[in-house]
Amino acid sequence: MPNTLYDKIWNDHLVDQQDDGTALIFVDRHLVHEVTSPQAFEGLRNSNRTVRHPKLTLAVADHNVPTTDRSKGISDEESKIQVDTLESNCKEFGIQLFGMGDKRQGIVHIIGPEQGFTQPGTVIVCGDSHTATHGAFGSLAFGIGTSEVEHVLATQTLVQKKAKNFRVNVDGKLPLGVTSKDVILQIIGKIGTAGGTGCVIEYAGDLIRSLSVEQRMTICNMTIEGGARAGLIAPDEKIFKYLEGKPMSPKGEAWDKAIEYWKKLRTDDGAKFDKEINLKAEEILPMITWGTSPQDVITIDGKVPNPLNEKDEDRKNSLERSLNYMGLKPNMAAKDIKIDKVFIGSCTNGRIEDLREAAKILKDKKIAAHVHAMVVPGSGLVKEQAEQEGLDKIFVNSGFEWREPGCSMCLAMNADKLKPQERCASTSNRNFEGRQGRGGRTHLVSPGMAAAAAISGNLDDVRKYQN
Amino acid sequence: MMLESIKIKMQKFNTLKSIPAYLPIVNIDTDMIIPKQFLKTIKRTGLGKNLFFEMRYDDNGNEINNFVLNKNPFNKSKILIAGKNFGCGSSREHAPWALLDFGITCVISSSFADIFYSNCFKNGILPIILDDEKIKELSEYANRKEEISIDLSEEKIVYGNSKINFEIDPFKKKCLLEGLDDIALSLKKSEKIKTFENNLKIRKSWIFND
Repeated sequence: MPNTLYDKIWNDHLVDQQDDGTALIFVDRHLVHEVTSPQAFEGLRNSNRTVRHPKLTLAVADHNVPTTDRSKGISDEESKIQVDTLESNCKEFGIQLFGMGDKRQGIVHIIGPEQGFTQPGTVIVCGDSHTATHGAFGSLAFGIGTSEVEHVLATQTLVQKKAKNFRVNVDGKLPLGVTSKDVILQIIGKIGTAGGTGCVIEYAGDLIRSLSVEQRMTICNMTIEGGARAGLIAPDEKIFKYLEGKPMSPKGEAWDKAIEYWKKLRTDDGAKFDKEINLKAEEILPMITWGTSPQDVITIDGKVPNPLNEKDEDRKNSLERSLNYMGLKPNMAAKDIKIDKVFIGSCTNGRIEDLREAAKILKDKKIAAHVHAMVVPGSGLVKEQAEQEGLDKIFVNSGFEWREPGCSMCLAMNADKLKPQERCASTSNRNFEGRQGRGGRTHLVSPGMAAAAAISGNLDDVRKYQN
Repeated sequence: MMLESIKIKMQKFNTLKSIPAYLPIVNIDTDMIIPKQFLKTIKRTGLGKNLFFEMRYDDNGNEINNFVLNKNPFNKSKILIAGKNFGCGSSREHAPWALLDFGITCVISSSFADIFYSNCFKNGILPIILDDEKIKELSEYANRKEEISIDLSEEKIVYGNSKINFEIDPFKKKCLLEGLDDIALSLKKSEKIKTFENNLKIRKSWIFND
């Protein structure tokens, strides 16, 4: 019987399956960060359990770390305790940790691929919903809760039931100025934030295949915003080339064997999908979110919706609540939305290509006088690469702040946050109420669109600034 | 400095009787349930006072009177009825910990986000999926401040003279009813895990980084 890529990875990781379908699956790679792990380690200690495979686990502090000068450490006492706790737990249980002073430190979903820890055909988990990012390598990667983190540490397995297969096909070529961020926002707008619930999404089609490895990561990253726990893309030569020579990639004979296996990782012709949708790349435009859910998308040429046009009562109430929170009027043009802040970074758009895309727009330009803007590279290595290319100077000359790596204002757990009613064009992944700070208002955009908004002082069309 | 963290042994769930609280909002995300400033804890306990923090307190930290969980008798509700796609967003288990610490051990919605749904079962919370019509019917009991009861072993909700059956995965049900530690259950399969690992070393030697 023909199988999907997800079916193949699933079958290849089955340790045990009960008659009711409850399965125990093997976890090849476990990423750990400071926020969702302390209670898991504490649980191990309380039950006198050990970490089954410390070498299959990699840890980094990213959510709480300051993005300003780190020489004085972390000033927030609670954040410091959490980061110190990760350090002592890693030491106690023998897990490799990239500490705050290590240039390999960065957002957990950026460092995994960077180090070659992320590999095709593996099951990768992390106590973080954006673990879906790693699916860009053709792995089954998904977020788990802290109890499950403890379960993986203790057993290197997880109790799971198989999800449904959902394929999203995107064919054609993207218009100028449209990026993979716009593609995923469009997909979420189409399927809704619960559209993928209970499913694993495979992204396919010639547009997806034409994307770079980093662009694919942006798409898989936001799969969770469409309700699916995991999103994946069949690995190809681009993936193999990306991984070759990375510190944790297989070497020598093992590399050849790995490649041989990775090449088989694709959906068979005629495999059955429970759900399928098709998008034409040509029809996708630069997108923004106007509301408080990632499904609240409009094009930059569009208008904020009017709740009076909604028939569904739940949807109408939700629109009204969002408009009220966002301080917007029905039918307002997207380009009339004035912004106060710009944030470029996060596991969605904090990689080198994202910074290049934004820098290209900002070169020889100044940001609007009333706008406060910052770039937070996704990792120390991204930062170093950007500095080698002189991107930091472009950002700084245009008026951006150039920061140290971490999650930063994507979720505002550290000092980087919006004040009440402040409005931000952000390359992150969630525009929930209060996500970037209590009362803060988030508009999700691509890095190029964030740069355009910084220059114009309002949400604007990136195509205006492109040659 | 290491703070002492207390691991709660999962409470068994069997029957529950309470006046339900009704929060008619769709897509309640885990940032709403427990905002990030409370994720800095290294404990599982003490989060209840910050449950739904931004809807529950004003800028000065005072309770907002018309928020349902601030009102008597809903401030003692053990059952929460909410709009569809409850628990979407982040994987933070702090969300079910906050509900549990507040005293809510059953959430009823027409749909749940996957990670939140599975996190509930690890903490003795029963998430029940019902269709919108039934949710409307039950919400009337919240409006009238009347109790409803939940019976997990029978998979039914009893309200007034009526009852509704709900469906639940048999394994998850067993774990809730018996308060089972699923790590201990999986460790019983150690031999199978070992066999899998031995085969993996032959099939895909690169996985172990040796």
